[in-house]
Amino acid sequence: MNNSNTIALECRNITKTFGSVIANKNVNLSVKKGEILSILGENGSGKTTLMNMISGIYFPDEGSIFVDGKEVTIRSPKDAFDLKIGMIHQHFKLVDVFSGTENIVLGMRNKKFNIKKAQKEIQETCDKYGFDIDLNKKIYDLSVSEKQTIEIVKVLYKGADILILDEPTAVLTPQEITKLFNVLRKMRDDGKAIIIITHKLNEVLEISDRVSVLRKGEYIGTVETKNATEQSLTEMMVGEKISLDIERSEPQNSVDRLIVKGIDCFNSDGIKVLDDISFTAKSGEILGIAGISGSGQKELLEAIAGLQKLSGGEVIYHNPKTDKKENLRNKTPIEIRNLGVRLSFVPEDRLGMGLVGNMGITDNMMLRSYKKGKSFFLQRKEPKKLANKIIEDLKVVTPDANTPVRRLSGGNVQKVLVGREIAASPTVLMAAYPVRGLDINSSYTIYNLLTEQKEKGVAVIFVGEDLDVLIGLCDRILVLSGGRVTGIVDGRTAKKEELGLLMTKAKSGKENE
Amino acid sequence: MMAKNENKTHSPLFHIVKREPLPWYSALGVRASAIILALLLSAVVITILTQKNPIEIYKAMFEGAFGSTDRIWNLLQQLAMLLCVSLAVTPAFKMKFWNIGAEGQVLVGGLATVSVMMFLGDKMPLPVLLIVMIGASVLAGIIWALLPAVSKALWNTNETLFTLMMNYIAIQLVAFFLKKFVKSGSGVLTPMPEYGLPIINEMPYLLNIIVVAVLTIMVYIYLKYSKQGYEISVVGESENTAKYIGINVKKVIIRTLVISGALCGIAGLLLVGGTNHTISTTTAGGRGFTAIMVSWLAKFNPIVMILTSFLIIFLERGAEQVSSQFRLPSAISDIITGIILFFIIGCEFFLQYKIVFSKHRKENE
Repeated sequence: MNNSNTIALECRNITKTFGSVIANKNVNLSVKKGEILSILGENGSGKTTLMNMISGIYFPDEGSIFVDGKEVTIRSPKDAFDLKIGMIHQHFKLVDVFSGTENIVLGMRNKKFNIKKAQKEIQETCDKYGFDIDLNKKIYDLSVSEKQTIEIVKVLYKGADILILDEPTAVLTPQEITKLFNVLRKMRDDGKAIIIITHKLNEVLEISDRVSVLRKGEYIGTVETKNATEQSLTEMMVGEKISLDIERSEPQNSVDRLIVKGIDCFNSDGIKVLDDISFTAKSGEILGIAGISGSGQKELLEAIAGLQKLSGGEVIYHNPKTDKKENLRNKTPIEIRNLGVRLSFVPEDRLGMGLVGNMGITDNMMLRSYKKGKSFFLQRKEPKKLANKIIEDLKVVTPDANTPVRRLSGGNVQKVLVGREIAASPTVLMAAYPVRGLDINSSYTIYNLLTEQKEKGVAVIFVGEDLDVLIGLCDRILVLSGGRVTGIVDGRTAKKEELGLLMTKAKSGKENE
Repeated sequence: MMAKNENKTHSPLFHIVKREPLPWYSALGVRASAIILALLLSAVVITILTQKNPIEIYKAMFEGAFGSTDRIWNLLQQLAMLLCVSLAVTPAFKMKFWNIGAEGQVLVGGLATVSVMMFLGDKMPLPVLLIVMIGASVLAGIIWALLPAVSKALWNTNETLFTLMMNYIAIQLVAFFLKKFVKSGSGVLTPMPEYGLPIINEMPYLLNIIVVAVLTIMVYIYLKYSKQGYEISVVGESENTAKYIGINVKKVIIRTLVISGALCGIAGLLLVGGTNHTISTTTAGGRGFTAIMVSWLAKFNPIVMILTSFLIIFLERGAEQVSSQFRLPSAISDIITGIILFFIIGCEFFLQYKIVFSKHRKENE
């Protein structure tokens, strides 16, 4: 196992296209045994596509893959596994009602299979690399980070020597990330070849030995991490120097716009997803909402927008025009609009909720306005004007205003959605993960749009996942954990570690270390 | 694909990738070549199975469809009826409500018409009778579509099963009606043309054709330019989006199925009141199912549906002629129809995907 300089996996001139979209173009890549290689690139730069070809989900159009110096053809995940390549996907693939052990041994084809023996072996694997996990717990009782551990142990137990992790830190708290990195280092020292996909620069610098950078599907180069800095990597990733600072202005004339008082909400399985949530969103400020994904962020915004039934509490809207206070609790979106409440909502699921993928930009603009007027027929004139204005103002890249929005890139889809919601001149603007999947330039366009709205006196509620962005953008940050508010902190003085602690606090009582 | 498991360094022979949308002329070219290929393959099959000259067979098909004025009228009438049912299912399908109960909805529409003709025919003046007939048939079609729609909206039942089962109820209702009220031994209800819809200029099919032409334009405009049509598209594409912008999804489902059922009722009225003047359990004639294909092939565009229903009726009429003229079993014409439809539907795949053959295919090591 000490042959630390031999190459475990190499890709040569890999090209993959989807229709007219080039996902990977002549990509070269190699990872050695006993090394952690980061694949760095913005969203949409082709990182996941490349890894999917290595793990047998896609087949490359051109190019070849070598494992241990021999050319191989990987046609299916099974082929990849026979070559000892294991992938840990961003979205876990576990059976909820099975225990950890049962999930790990699932699909094993030994004739003389003995679950007790297997459990012992799995436990040995865990001890060897320092995984701290109860293998007998059912998956639905595990936290996100524990589920990830099960996924990693699974590929290790099945004998993988090359591990690929797709954005492993996206769902973890800072504390959990530290734990994960320790384990990864142990695996590296054991001679495993590890590839981690990420777009977070600080993590790249912390964990990896070398970094390979992709930009728009093209291979840009590989550098030793010790010779790299955040700035140099950003330039490789983006292709130009850009400023990474967000301009944050002081809130002006803040008044209470939306007062949420002790709301409770149960989901369709009868589980309490919002538990006694209270906060105030003020005009002219950005209120950030932090939390591990699935802590109630989605339900909270949907509850305010009139899409979730509440079992308790009140949502009070203070109308700036009439100075009246309206209770929005359990009103439908139409009733809310009819009250004169100008509430805009950029949902997390853009194409499944915010927009209709098969419709053009013009028809998507109509979603908000088609009901206007008494006519039986649609008025396409105004929406068309708005569509063209948004295309121009926000520099949306599209052939024309009638091209189905699902054919646009993620960043352009989001510009269309945010553009429409802002065009309704809201007094409250809620945005759930508005920069997820967007490249750096588009992300900053969105941050600037939100800041612009705040300066216009809109109460902005921003649900984010990147703590650096939350701290840099928001005036106040509310932290959710398990459907409860665990703290509201000032964005100007907040520390990442502090937020991380709040994000795991009081979840099951014992998890806050 | 062409997998040889023992040989690991062997590329697959080909793989399938999605292609960018083709310009309209290429797409048309692909479809045209699909039809030509279908005709060629059918020719080979015909020659092998029947030892007849395939050109003669194709000529007979053409003759069968367009051979005489009568045949052309007949073709247009069949086309109009199929198109009418297709128009009826389209709003529902566009909303992703799998209404496969058009057959039953047409049949109850017809049953309502025939009942009015039989029991009220001699009790009121013709204009009033006609109005009652229209009302009864439309109402019957609506009820038949509304039951599954309301159940879906309120209790989220499976509309496919529900609408399908409603078909059998409709068929049995007609059978019961015939058994009960037909006194002659043949079990066939004597036609009652004296109570039928008016005939324009002694051309018995003209009224049906005009009504369906008007309906086609109305449905086209409704779906494309009305607010309700827009709501149908949004609900069909994504129910979550519909809820997000505050569309009342239940209301849209029910309203759309009322339209769908009403159009089916009209189809029943035209079939019974306009042409047959009687009813049997096969009056709908499978149109309720064929209509689904017509609608999908046209991608829910009512104007394109004129073409797709023409294609299907042309094949049907032509195939009938081939069977009788050459004394061939009807299975032969079914085979031809099947081959042609297979190619036409199959070519849609090539409009969306392309097959890439591996460039660097290596021989065995």
